[in-house]
Amino acid sequence: MSNDLKFCLPDLGEGLTEGEVLRWLVAAGDTVAINQPLVEVETAKAAVELPSPYSGTVVALHAAEGDLLPVGAPLVTIASDVDTDGESGISPSDSVSAESEPHEGTGPLLVGYGVTESATRRRRRVGAPSPHGTERPEAGPPGEPVKPVRHGGLEVGRAAEAKFADIDASAVTARAKPPVRRLAKQLGIDLADVRPTGRDGTVTRDDVEAAAALQLAGKTSDGAARTVDGDRREPVRGVMRSMAAAMTESAATIPSVTEWVEVDVTRSAGLVDRMKGLPEYADTKVTPLLLVAAACLTALHREQRINAVFDAVAQEIVYRGAVQLGVAVASDRGLVVPHVGDAAALTLHELAVALADVVSRARSGTATPTDLVGGTFTITNVGVFGVDGGTPMITPGQSAILAFGAWRQKPWVEGDQLVVRTTSTLSLSFDHRFIDGATGSRFLRDVADILEEPALLHLWT
Amino acid sequence: MAIPAHTPDDTFVQLLTPEGERVENADFPLDIPDDELRSLYRDLVLVRRIDAEATALQRQGELGLWAQLLGQEAAQVGAGRALISGDMAFPTYREHGVAWCRDVDPLRLLGLFRGTTNGGWNPADHGFALYAIVTGDQCPQAVGYAMGLQHDAAENAAMVFFGDGASSQGDVNESFIWASVFNAPVVFFCQNNQWAISEPLERQTRIPLFQRAWGFGFPGVRVDGNDVLACLAVSRQMMQRARDGAGPALIEAFTYRMGAHTTSDDPTRYRLDTDVEAWRLRDPLERVRSFLHKQQLVDDGFFAELDNEAELLAQRLRDGVRALPDPSTEEMFAHAYAEPHALVERQRDEYAQYLADFVAEDA
Repeated sequence: MSNDLKFCLPDLGEGLTEGEVLRWLVAAGDTVAINQPLVEVETAKAAVELPSPYSGTVVALHAAEGDLLPVGAPLVTIASDVDTDGESGISPSDSVSAESEPHEGTGPLLVGYGVTESATRRRRRVGAPSPHGTERPEAGPPGEPVKPVRHGGLEVGRAAEAKFADIDASAVTARAKPPVRRLAKQLGIDLADVRPTGRDGTVTRDDVEAAAALQLAGKTSDGAARTVDGDRREPVRGVMRSMAAAMTESAATIPSVTEWVEVDVTRSAGLVDRMKGLPEYADTKVTPLLLVAAACLTALHREQRINAVFDAVAQEIVYRGAVQLGVAVASDRGLVVPHVGDAAALTLHELAVALADVVSRARSGTATPTDLVGGTFTITNVGVFGVDGGTPMITPGQSAILAFGAWRQKPWVEGDQLVVRTTSTLSLSFDHRFIDGATGSRFLRDVADILEEPALLHLWT
Repeated sequence: MAIPAHTPDDTFVQLLTPEGERVENADFPLDIPDDELRSLYRDLVLVRRIDAEATALQRQGELGLWAQLLGQEAAQVGAGRALISGDMAFPTYREHGVAWCRDVDPLRLLGLFRGTTNGGWNPADHGFALYAIVTGDQCPQAVGYAMGLQHDAAENAAMVFFGDGASSQGDVNESFIWASVFNAPVVFFCQNNQWAISEPLERQTRIPLFQRAWGFGFPGVRVDGNDVLACLAVSRQMMQRARDGAGPALIEAFTYRMGAHTTSDDPTRYRLDTDVEAWRLRDPLERVRSFLHKQQLVDDGFFAELDNEAELLAQRLRDGVRALPDPSTEEMFAHAYAEPHALVERQRDEYAQYLADFVAEDA
C-alpha cells in the first residue's frame, strides 16, 4: 500500500522560525530510503542536511533552492512504500510502552517539536471560574485571548497563601526539614503525631527524638528488629516500657560520668548486725541499704548540688528543697524506682521503716504513682545480685545515682598488713553539665568515709 | 620548571591501539573473555546507532534537540560497563552510552529531548540519575550521594560524568574538595572531548586535566577515551578502589567529539576538518572490530547480524518516538513531593478543573 506523506520544515534549533533551502539532494521521481539526505537547509544556527523520515518515491519538492521557508512549511512529498505499523526491533528490559494514543491531530505527518497547530482549537468557556481565585482580569470580546495581569512574585505568593489558608492544617503533612524527616523515618515516628516546637510550626530534630524516646517500644534506632526462625517476640508494656523510655531519655539528654571507689565497710557491717538485735529495730528490716541511704543523706547535705537538677531551658540550677530518696527495686514487672519522701527529715528508724515499706510495696506491685515519680536522687543496690559495680544511668529529672555492690570478705591492706575486711564498691554517675569532677568525687568520698566509719553520721549532722 | 607536554600518547593508558593491537599495561591489567569482548563491541555499535537515529529524528522534527555522542562510545561503554548493581551514575545530557549500559530504554532518552517528559526514568531503578542539563551540577549531587553510601556503609560507589568544559566550573572543583576531604566513594569520569561547544581545551587548562586531581588530594589517570578496553579496565579499578574505601579518583578519558555539540551547533564554524579527520583514524569502533577479526573471535555472520540488530533498534526508535504519549498534567504534580501532599493535591484538582473549562471550537 502506498500513501503520500508530507515532510515539513521542522524547527531545527530550539526556537528557530525559518530556514533557507540551500541545495536539493533528491529530485521528483527519485527513490529514497529512510534517513537518506534530502536537502541542505541553512538556519540562523547551522547548515544541516535533513534526512528522510520515509522510504518511498519522491512525489514533489515544494520549495526551490534559495527559498526562505517558515518552520512548518511543506518541503517534500514522498509516496511511502511501507505501512508503518507495529513495533519491531530490540530494547533493553526497561521498554517504554508505545501503546498510548499518538498525538492528537498529528496524523502520519510531522509530529514532533515545532508544530503546534492542531485540528481543533480550544478556547476557554466564557465565565468559567478562574483557577487563580481572587480577581480575574476583565474578559475581552469572546474569542479574544485574555491577557493575564502581571503580578510581582511576592503578590502571587501572598495571594496563593491567602487562597489556601483555609486548608485543614492537619491534612497537610507535618512541616519538617528533610534530615528530620529522614530521622523520623528511621525512628519509626509518624511526623503527624509529633508536637512541633520549631519556627513556623516545624517539627525539629529534638521533637522527633523526644517522641522517639516516648514511643520506644522494642524498636532500635534503625527500625524494627529482624527475627529469624526460633526467635520469640514479647510485647514491651508497662514497667518495662517506662524503663525503656526513661533510659533512652537519660542516655540522650544527660551527659553523665561515672566514678567508683572501693570501701572497707567492716564497721558498717558490724553496725547492721548490732542494729538487727536492737529491740527498737525489731519491727523493721535493717539492711546495708539503710546505712548507705543514711550515708547518702548526710553527704547530700554537704554537697547539695548532687540533689539539684539542671534546667537546660532556663540555664539555671534548681536546688531541691528536700531529698526525695529513690531506691531502684527489681520487681516482677521490671525495674521500678519508688522513693521515700523528704528522707532527710526522717530519723534513722523512720528511714528504715519507710525504706522497707516502699521496697516491699514496689516488689509486690502496689506502689502508688506518687511513690514512683518525683525522686531527686537514687540508690541502686546491685549487690543483691552478687555484683560489685557498674555505670548506673541517671533517672531523668535527677542528677545522680549511686550503685553499691555486694558486701564481701576481701583481702585489704591496712597499714602494712594484709587483713581480711568486708568491702564494697560504690559507683556514682552524675550529670556532668553542672556537677564537676571535684564535687562528684567529694560526695562519693563522703559516702565512702561514712560507710568506713559510721560514727561520721553523727559528726557531720 | 617544565610543564608536562600536552601530548596524550606519552601518558595515557591504552590496551588496544587504533590499529587493533592488544597491548598490556602493568598498572591496569585486563583479562577479558571473548564473549565479553563481543558484547562490548555490540554495545558500541548499538549505541552509535541510537545516536545516529536520534540525530536524524531531530532533523526530521521529532526531537527538539539532541546531544550527539559520536566518537565517545568507547569512553561511555567502558565506564558504564564498569558499574555494578548498587553503583550510581550521574550523567550529563550526553551519556547515552552509559544509559544503555544501565539498561535505560533509549526511547526514554528520546522522550526527554522530545519534551514529553522532564525526566524519563526512575534513577533508583537503574542506578542512573536523570540527565543534568546545567553544566557540572551533577558533580555535587554525586559526591553527596557517595557520602550517603558511606553513611550507609554500602559497598558501592558513585561515578559522575562531565566534560572538559565543566572542569572549569566552581561546582566541579568544589566537588573535588568535598570528595577528597570526606574520602567519598566517587569516581570523577571526565570525557575530555577537546571542545566545550566552540571553546577549545586550551581555554580550559594549562596542564592535562587528570593532573589536577593530585592538587585536590586524590589520584588522576588519563586513559585513551577511544579505547573501550582501557576505559573499562581503568574504570573498574578506580570504582573498586572507591568501593573499598580508598576514596575518590579522577579519570580523564581523552577523546574527541566527532559531531556537533548539539543539533543546534555548527562545528564547521570553529574547527578544522583536518583535526576531525585525524581523529577519525582513532575511531573507537574500528579498533575493536579489527581486533575481533584478526583474532578470529567472530564468525562471518557476526557483523552482519549486528548490523541487522542495529537496524531493528533504529526502526523501533523511529516508530516508538512518534507514539510517545504526551504527559498528563497530573504528572507535574505527582513528582513534586515523594508523599501525598494536601496542598499540591488541591492545586492539581484546580488545574484539572481549569483545563476542563476549555471547549473545542472549529478551526
